Amino acid sequence: MVRIDFNRLRFLVIDDNAHMRRILRTLLHGFGAREVYEAEDGASGLESFTHYIPDIVITDWAMPIFDGLELTQMIRQPGANSNPYVGIIMLTGHSEKKHVVSARDAGVTEFLAKPISAKGLYQRIVNVVANPRPFIKTKSYFGPDRRRNANQNYVGPERRKGGKADVIRQSSLLDKVRAPG
Amino acid sequence: MAPPKDTPAVATYADYEVITPNNKLRKAISAMPLSPGDDPVARAEQALAELSTEFASWMDAECVRLDNARDKVKQSGFTSKSKEEIFHAAHDIKGEAATFGYPAVAAAADSLCRLIEHTPDATRIPFKLVDQHVDAVRAIIREYARSDAKELAALLTGRLREVTDEFLIHENRGRPGYLESVLGPPLAPDQSV
Repeated sequence: MVRIDFNRLRFLVIDDNAHMRRILRTLLHGFGAREVYEAEDGASGLESFTHYIPDIVITDWAMPIFDGLELTQMIRQPGANSNPYVGIIMLTGHSEKKHVVSARDAGVTEFLAKPISAKGLYQRIVNVVANPRPFIKTKSYFGPDRRRNANQNYVGPERRKGGKADVIRQSSLLDKVRAPG
Repeated sequence: MAPPKDTPAVATYADYEVITPNNKLRKAISAMPLSPGDDPVARAEQALAELSTEFASWMDAECVRLDNARDKVKQSGFTSKSKEEIFHAAHDIKGEAATFGYPAVAAAADSLCRLIEHTPDATRIPFKLVDQHVDAVRAIIREYARSDAKELAALLTGRLREVTDEFLIHENRGRPGYLESVLGPPLAPDQSV
């Protein structure tokens, strides 16, 4: 299993429920995280996001002022903030299909249904860190690729129109050499 | 000129772009594998176990919050504020109950959430049904030490859910597509196991 140095990650926890914030902080410290910041609503969460520049945001859905879904949409604005690609884990008691789909379409990276477990949270964080998905930008969506797997049995129209790429920019060779693995 | 270091790779297609940002979190992936005795999940569970002495009082506080929200609905009916407060209180209990050591409470709180969320006109919700849900949550918590508490909770919440479903089916009778999604199972798996 991949080993994550949690003390090299900065977390922002956004939840209006103080008990849940305390639980999340306890779990993250248990994993080894040192930098855990908290916010208690969507507005202060966005402010903290800009101020602390976290590596991973863990947000509740239902919150005052604006909710976790709206917060995600505000973060996923290319060019509007320092890191529109930040990993966002939506932690919520909403587990019905329509909610999961709405969260996905807002651009969350991972979805975690309550009740929370240490194992579930750990797996989501490992996924964000070790298995990042590319981002897709269309007229109506900007966020992690919503197609996690290629479905060989898919029957229906291909919604992405494409073919050959027009422009490809790659990260510098130096970055690739520096990157482990 | 070479692009800046943080410039993501972008592939542009007819109506979409695929952007591959540099993985800045790669810094946190350790080259060293986990040693046999090192289990971060177990460490976190232990930390949570140490915190659990607080959970009973936290559950009580959440219950008081739900009770207060019910009183507001009783006094002023379902306004947008009172509706949000009672929904939010029930929703938090639904999400926290298992973590706090009261898993059998979650279903009653969930039933109340469904009642509020899926009734198109909340002013039509019979207050008696709200009352029964809140009383059920309180009673299950109060009697949690009983050996048959889980069976009683399942019976009670099963009946509440039936009555709630009947009401929702009636109130959403003109919205068959919506009703199908309301009565369907949750998509997200239970993370507590």
